[in-house]
Order: sequence, then C-alpha cells, then structure tokens
Amino acid sequence: MRIWKFGDNVDTDAIMPGRYLSIYDPHELATHAFEGIRDEFALEVKPGDIIVAGKNFGCGSSREHAPIALKGAGITIIIAESFARIFYRNAVNVGLLPVVCHEAGSIVEGNSVMVDLTGGHLIVEGKTLPVAPIPEFLMKIVTSGGLVEYALGLEEVPVCTASHR
Amino acid sequence: MGATVVEKIFSMKCHRDVSAGEVVMAPVDNAMIHDITGPLAIQKFYEMGGKRVHNPERITMLFDHQVPADSLEAAENQRYMRNFAKEQGIFNYDIREGVCHQVTMEMGKAAPGEIIIGADSHTCMYGAGGAFATGIGSTDMGFALKFGALYFRVPETIRVTANGVFKKRVGPKDLILSIAADIGADGATYQAIEFVGDTIEGMGMAGRMTCCNMAIEMGAKAGIVPPDNITWDYIRRMRNITPFPLKSDNDASFSEERMYDVTNLSPQVAEPHNVDLGVDVTKVAGKKIDQVFIGSCTNGRFEDFAEAAEVLGDRKFSDTTRVIIIPASRQEYLKTLRAGLIERFVMAGALVEAPCCGPCMGGAFGLLAPGEVSLSTSNRNFKGRQGSTEASVYLCSPATAAASGIYGEITDPREVE
Repeated sequence: MRIWKFGDNVDTDAIMPGRYLSIYDPHELATHAFEGIRDEFALEVKPGDIIVAGKNFGCGSSREHAPIALKGAGITIIIAESFARIFYRNAVNVGLLPVVCHEAGSIVEGNSVMVDLTGGHLIVEGKTLPVAPIPEFLMKIVTSGGLVEYALGLEEVPVCTASHR
Repeated sequence: MGATVVEKIFSMKCHRDVSAGEVVMAPVDNAMIHDITGPLAIQKFYEMGGKRVHNPERITMLFDHQVPADSLEAAENQRYMRNFAKEQGIFNYDIREGVCHQVTMEMGKAAPGEIIIGADSHTCMYGAGGAFATGIGSTDMGFALKFGALYFRVPETIRVTANGVFKKRVGPKDLILSIAADIGADGATYQAIEFVGDTIEGMGMAGRMTCCNMAIEMGAKAGIVPPDNITWDYIRRMRNITPFPLKSDNDASFSEERMYDVTNLSPQVAEPHNVDLGVDVTKVAGKKIDQVFIGSCTNGRFEDFAEAAEVLGDRKFSDTTRVIIIPASRQEYLKTLRAGLIERFVMAGALVEAPCCGPCMGGAFGLLAPGEVSLSTSNRNFKGRQGSTEASVYLCSPATAAASGIYGEITDPREVE
C-alpha cells in the first residue's frame, strides 16, 4: 500500500484532462490520471493505494471521469483535509470513500495508514487521527457500494413534497 | 428567525419550513445534460434499472463541448444521446443552440423559485434567473433522470452586497474575480452565495449570469440573485409566469456577509493556476500573450462582445496574438452579428467560431502548446485547462481581453483611448 500525497486545490482537470472526456472506461481513463501533473501515478499506482491531499480536493469541473479514473486505477480511499462538494458526492456515488481528516497534512508518503470508519479515525504509524463523520444520507450510499447499487432496489423515492401534501 | 432566499425555495418545494443543514429529497424542475457528462448519466440511468425517464419535458439536452463532433468517440457519444432522446421523447437541441448554460437560460428552463440541476459545474449560473441551480455528477444525474428528484443538503448562504457604479471599462467580471480572490477557491464550499446591492440591481441579466456562473470557483453550491423586475421581464419573455416576491428576510441568518464598493474597483486578472489569484491588471500589464479567448458561458454574450468591441474600435488585433471569439449561443451570435460586431472582429483579425465551449473545454480545439500563455474571459485557469499543463491561462473581462489582444500583451483597458 502506497500513499500518494498531493497538495491543496487539486482540480478535476488535473485528475483527468479535458481531452479524454469522451472516454468512459475506468481502466482506460486510469491510464491518463494526473497526466502532465504527476506522470508516474498512472504507471506505478497499485490497487489498494491511498491518495492523501490537502484542502479542496477535486475542485472545478463536475466530470465524474475524475473519480472513475481513480477507482479504475485501484484507489478506493481518498483522505483529504477537505473536498470540493461535487467531487465528494461523485466519489461516494461511484463507490470511492472520501475521508475528511483535518490533520491529513501530517501524513507523509511512506506512512502506513489504516482507516477505521466505525471508530471514526485513521491510524497513521500507530497514531490516531480523527476523521469527520460521513453524513447519514450518504452513508447509506457508501454501504450500498455506490448510488447505482443503492438505487437499483428502489421503485420510487420519498420526495419531500409527498408526505406533506 | 427569517429565511434566506435559498431556504425559501426549498421550503416552497417541500411545503414546509426547511432550514440550512437539512437534507431533503427535493423534486427537480429541470435537469440539463450535455455531450460530455450526458452519456455517462444515461448509462447510469440504465444501470439503476431505469426504463422511462421521470419526465421528458423536464430534461434539457444539448451538445456544446465537442461540436461539431471532433472525434469518432464524440460522434458516437452524441449518437448515443440522440438515440436516448428519441427513445424517451426528450427534446434535443443537439448542436444547434450553443453553450448549455446560456441556452438553458434563453429557453426559459430556469425560473425564480425553481430547483434546477445540471451535469456541469457552472449550472450555478441559473441563479441569475432567481432559481436554485447546482452542478452535479453523472451518477446523480442518472438518479434524477429516473426519479425526478435528488438529495440536497440545504446550504447556508454567504451574502455579498455590492454597491456603487463601475468606472468605465470595469464590470461584473472584475467584481466576481475580486470576490473570488477574497473568498478563496474553497471559501464558499457547501454554501450558496447570494448577490445583492445596488450594483447588482443595476446589472442586466448578462452581468448577473457572469457573477452567478463563477460561484462554483469559490466552491459554492449555488449563486443566486433574488428576482427583481429585470429577472421577471427576462423569464416572462419565454414563460407565462406571474411574478411573486422572493428574497431573503431581513432577519435571515447568513453564514457570512461581505460588502463591496465597486466605485474604485480596477480591472482584475486572475493569474495562473487558480481562479482566486486575482490582481489588479496593472500588476500583470506587459505580460506577452499568445492567445486571447473571448467567449464561454461566463462571458460569451452580446453585452460582452459589445464591451470588447468598444475597446477595440477600428483597430486590429496584434499579429503576435491569436484572438478567438465564440458567442455562447445562436441567439447571442445573431445579436452580435446584427450589431455589426462580428464583422468588426473579423476585420480586426479574430477567428470567430460558432457557438460552443471552445478552448475552455480544453480538449476540442484552441489548445495551448507548452510554454504558451492565454488570456481568457472564461472561468478557469487551472494547469492544463486549455491544453498543455506547461501552458499558462490568465482570466479577465472582455474589455481587458480586447485591449490585450490589440497589443499582444496584458493591457489595462482604461489605457486604450
């Protein structure tokens, strides 16, 4: 397991450049992840690796190609000090786990990191770092494995207008 | 405790008082999909077991990022969407109308009090029409296509009040770049930004769209201008809606309040590679530029081209700079054409393209080579946004873009006689 450390404001253009947006295959997209930004990522990333970043990870474009490419590369967990809103939701929807840890900056490449979601913390080199809880309505999607899996069993949804007519 | 305009929109939809922080499954009045994020949304709709979309009349479909199809993949993606539109009875504007956000507004798909989603981050632009509008990903869109509703966390609101009158050749883009520099790239994350004050009231729809469009560049979920006569006049040209009052209560709770006086605001330029790196144009004046792009959902309207043309006058653009001009829609193109401005731009040496996202998409055309510098009226200057990750993009207003295009270097538009 390798930690890939990134800084603040990693945008979705950096994760997946605009010229590849007519591609949707996760594995093909993965070969272009961070192209021109950090070329060794696509070459060396292995299933189970973890991305650790600073503030506002995934800002910018709503392109779901970005989390799909990271998932295609074998990433399942992204730890950041904070996430951009659309990316956070997209990540949950495609079955990636975005973990908000305000102390993510203290994690360095080479560290061993364990995520204990039920305990609500990370274990980094034996030290415990607290993580922000995932909102309840999103947790249902996380435990389903993604929004498609969550929605598959639903015929209709409890729209807020319905119970108050 | 009073309510913000955003809380009021969600309360109207849910028929009860809804406050910031609550999570609601709200019905969606309109959902916009385009050629980049649409195919995946459709795929997700099917994967979720979708057979018929919830309501085809509440879906806006069009192509704007790779038009006309610039690759076999793009052609196949567009064919896939055309087939879906036929199968589901969705009206498809196809490649005819222009950039998704401009077209959605022009076609009256976003009215005051409505909840609009789009599979594109700049969907927040429709807040200029008094709607709550937010950008989402493709899987969320697949869900909304199937169910006609989506989970929303009702956002807190940052209220930005702008007062005063802009000096000559200073305008809405300069204001929003300066606000972005203050709030920062993530300063409004998960929140809405409400724009009020006499500067906003004095702006036409075009300027309001520019401001709301860039709310996402501060991480915001939505930008919104409470509807006034200008808003209602605009929407009532397309739809027969009776105006109703919709604004934040005096005692509404805001997460933050910011005041701006635009009287002494200078033209702003956002330096590479983040939108919140705005500075006065004087700080970067003289920087050589290889390409100028005037267009995009942010600044591709007739008013923007009029602003550029006023600065340009009868001059020519520099031989050392490529100037690319792209109206945001067919309607804006026609207005600009009929006013004689297209001819003036072409005479000046600009390349005028048909309505589409152009270089802002960073994949279709107008790309930058390593080491090149672009000055652009669009919304993002991220590394690689317009091509090579070794190129640089500066953002500015149409007036600054035109002035800079004349001299081949970043130029203060106030210095051009």
